[in-house]
Amino acid sequence: MTSVLYDVPGPRARRRNGILATATIVVVLAVVAFVGWRLALTGQFTAAKWEVFSYTTVWMSILEYAWGTLRAFLLAGVLSLALGFVLAVGRLSDHSWIRIPATVITEGFRAVPVLVMMMILYYGLPTLGIAMSPYWAVVLALMVYNGSVLAEALRAGVEAIPRGQKEAGYAIGLRKSGVMTLILLPQAVRAMLPVIIAQLVVTLKDTALGFIITYHELLYYVKLLASQAELGRPILQAAFVIGGIYIVMCLLLSWLANVVEKRSRRSPKRHDEEPDPAADDESTMTEAIAAQKSTGKF
Amino acid sequence: MDAIFGNLDLWREGITFTIAVFVFGGIIALVLGTIVGAMRVSPVPIARAVGWAYVNLVRNTPLTLVFFFFIFGYSALALPALSNTVLGTLAIGVYTATYVAETLRAGINTVPVGQAEAARAIGLPFGQVMSVVVLPQAFRSVVPPMMSVLIALLKNTTVAAGFSISVLPALQASISNSHTRPGSPMEVLLWVAAFFIAVVMLLTWLQRTLENRWRIAR
Repeated sequence: MTSVLYDVPGPRARRRNGILATATIVVVLAVVAFVGWRLALTGQFTAAKWEVFSYTTVWMSILEYAWGTLRAFLLAGVLSLALGFVLAVGRLSDHSWIRIPATVITEGFRAVPVLVMMMILYYGLPTLGIAMSPYWAVVLALMVYNGSVLAEALRAGVEAIPRGQKEAGYAIGLRKSGVMTLILLPQAVRAMLPVIIAQLVVTLKDTALGFIITYHELLYYVKLLASQAELGRPILQAAFVIGGIYIVMCLLLSWLANVVEKRSRRSPKRHDEEPDPAADDESTMTEAIAAQKSTGKF
Repeated sequence: MDAIFGNLDLWREGITFTIAVFVFGGIIALVLGTIVGAMRVSPVPIARAVGWAYVNLVRNTPLTLVFFFFIFGYSALALPALSNTVLGTLAIGVYTATYVAETLRAGINTVPVGQAEAARAIGLPFGQVMSVVVLPQAFRSVVPPMMSVLIALLKNTTVAAGFSISVLPALQASISNSHTRPGSPMEVLLWVAAFFIAVVMLLTWLQRTLENRWRIAR
């Protein structure tokens, strides 16, 4: 396995790698053992602490609150995609009276932390006489933030398309809107699909901020369970179970990003691109992240 | 303006805490992230596996939940008490470290293998291959995305406000609860947003400058 950092290991390097492997195992085991020992000492593994998960009603509530998370995510995802398209097209406009406001909105929304936006919508707007439910505060805050991030990704995608595509569009007599909707945007979406899905993972994770403004989603339920004195306040146990649910949901979405990425790479329409020798699941993730980072946010 | 000048003490506290969480969280993230990033590209399979597990588990957990584990989990372990601020800083550092690790890995991946092969072919030893050929190129391509990671870290410090740490968004609650302090929640939050817009714009400008200066022609 030649990489840019290491050559194929010889006998000495193999011995050294063996030592490093042992050291890694020892350190990791030590950390796990320490935390496990403290957890056992404080009685976190006792059946009483986990008993709460043997009740059907608890699981029904988990489902209900998971739906709270999902419905905020779904609407926010759809709305932020829509906003992303509008802002991206706005920033690419030839008219400065469209381009400049779109640029200001995109840059401004990207710079405001999602939680601050949620708080503005939930605690701030009532000052002006507009009351908003936590659900809409979560959805709208996620929409404006992720929408502006997606707008940047789409714009980067459009700008990466070779000039000839646009010129050819004009040459066959399409108007500006036709060139954008029929030629540029479809290709940009295709190229940016992994980034778009990665941003949706971020949207899903950020719904967890909702509990701070009392939106009823999974983390809110963790806090609720932790306040149940008669169940022994199982906060760690609840956090473990709900954390697992989040990880599964996010990994499913990331997996979808991988599948999409692989499929678009295999497609005959992109055979002009040089195949990437390091192309496996791992590098796909990294590329998605790197591309996303170059747009500034995650 | 009353919302600022009537509450200068709170603003000073909020900005200090935000910057403290940002700086110390950033240091933890960079150090831990470098270690994990090195593990992920190391020739030792078990180290790669540990790095992979760390990055994928932590990155797919919402930051708010990471805060939960650190703030409520730590106190459940019955270890010497630490303040929420310290635990929150650790949480944000551990979370951001995954992004630092991935950025480093992506940066190293941008260096073509041919560069290292050419360096070895002209007889450079390992140390020089690294210090003269590979790492300078990796470093230059890593710094701009690393700035993005730090910008995200700065914005993520706001999450600490949900865990009774006096970072900027917590200002709104302190002001609304006191009745004698000037400023409506809307005013205070808009000023907080303005603060973030200003700082993030500054960092973005710095990032673009570095990106243009250090671009590698390949």
